Amino acid sequence: MSLVLHQLRYDQKAFWRNPAAVFFTVMFPVILLLIFATVFGDQTIDTGDGIDATAYYVPAIITLSVISATMQTLAMSLVIAREDGRLKRGRGTPMPAWVFIAGRIGNSVVVAVLMLALVAAIGKVIYGVPIPWGQIPELLAVLAVGAASFCCLGIALTAAIPSQDAAAAIINALLLPLYFLSGIFIPDSELPAGVIDFANHFPIRHFFEAFFDAYESGSAVAWGDLAVVAAWGLAGLAIAIRYFRWTPRADRR
Amino acid sequence: MDSDPVISIRGLRKRYGDVEAVRGIDLEVQPGEVFAFLGPNGAGKTTTVEILEGYRKRDDGEVTVLGEDPERAGRAWRERIGIVLQSCRLDPYLTVRESLGLYAGYYSNPMSIEETIELAGLGGKANSRTGALSGGQQRRLDVGMALIGNPELLFLDEPTTGFDPSARRQTWETIAGLRDLGKTVFLTTHYMDEAQRLADRVAILVRGEVVARGTPEDLGDRENRPARITYRDAGREVQLETTNAVETLNELTGRALAEGLELEGLEVTRPSLEDVYLELTDQ
Repeated sequence: MSLVLHQLRYDQKAFWRNPAAVFFTVMFPVILLLIFATVFGDQTIDTGDGIDATAYYVPAIITLSVISATMQTLAMSLVIAREDGRLKRGRGTPMPAWVFIAGRIGNSVVVAVLMLALVAAIGKVIYGVPIPWGQIPELLAVLAVGAASFCCLGIALTAAIPSQDAAAAIINALLLPLYFLSGIFIPDSELPAGVIDFANHFPIRHFFEAFFDAYESGSAVAWGDLAVVAAWGLAGLAIAIRYFRWTPRADRR
Repeated sequence: MDSDPVISIRGLRKRYGDVEAVRGIDLEVQPGEVFAFLGPNGAGKTTTVEILEGYRKRDDGEVTVLGEDPERAGRAWRERIGIVLQSCRLDPYLTVRESLGLYAGYYSNPMSIEETIELAGLGGKANSRTGALSGGQQRRLDVGMALIGNPELLFLDEPTTGFDPSARRQTWETIAGLRDLGKTVFLTTHYMDEAQRLADRVAILVRGEVVARGTPEDLGDRENRPARITYRDAGREVQLETTNAVETLNELTGRALAEGLELEGLEVTRPSLEDVYLELTDQ
């Protein structure tokens, strides 16, 4: 365990010094929130009883931030480390392999929790979106299932990414359309029913719904949505265990 | 030597599809020895060293490294070895000291970080990010990271390939320092001068087979190969090959004295390691 903390400490240093990682994981969601709030800020979104657009976008951007901190950050950083030969080098030391992965997952979870706090604080301070203090247990339950599942999916995704150059393209080609179709960028009341039906096959939509319910509706945990997210996570875990590689692609023969 | 060899290989074979990369290698490396595995690209050097490091599985043969089979060796065995891979980039966002600190944490009895920085010749660079180091400096940090666990045995896979002469020389100094620490070193290289400069013993590997072995001095039986005598006669280059240099020289100089010849640029040379190497690898 102390070895995991040792690894996490260095992963955190490297993360915060990496301008690309900090921009896309921390700055980019904040910028998106500011843009959406500015463009749609005076509108009301029909979610049944009608809420302010800002109250809609705060949990939406937190959802995006968590996925970005976990799935996207893990897939990017593991592919880079693998192709650099750093995963292989680590395998040559007495450190157990799982410690390396655990350190990276820990790094993602730390960033995800920070982003939850940061976006919630910006929502409250600038747009007056109340922070649901009474819902902390529900929020943490949703966050835990979501972060774990999207971490597994991020590790699984590395198996499909051949090189460092391909990493950002493949990850964004998967995530960006799903953010649109899942109602993260465009309020779901504006999306045709068929689009939502399609998005419901994927974990992002369900994670967003569970998070939105816990954040805005003050309702109990949406276990049905979380079950879909967890099922995706378990599938990712199975793929990761079977197909994750420690050696650069050029090395395999 | 009566102590057990650090590395012992018998009948090692490895095949990739139709290509037999390693075709029956036997060799032993003794404690405290710097052993160089010399050969052209594609000779099977990296395959062999990665089998010794436990990264690859062999098809046939017996391999023992520090008393264990690398395919089955565990964490305790990894405490005792250090590995410099042929190509591996460092985390560009960590400093030299942090990179060593990260790896020191993986071992139960690591070397001092400051001492390792000195050994790697990176004294002035301790707080530089690794992304800002030159290729030679990064390579010396690779050696430092392999050394930080205080291993008995270090593997260095082509430590200076692609370096300019001054970076090579500095990296050589760091590697030569490993011998002074009493480490056993297994080195692969395709540079003859590197083997000559660093190694106690050399094995030349060509197409998966060891074609010659020995100390750099007597490799390929250099002492018993014909010597070459060269001189200029009236501006014309003359070359003689002889197995008895003393006799031939005596004849030559006797005749020169008698006939008043100058024998300009007279030289007697033994085949260099490079000559032997080129001859062996050019079969």
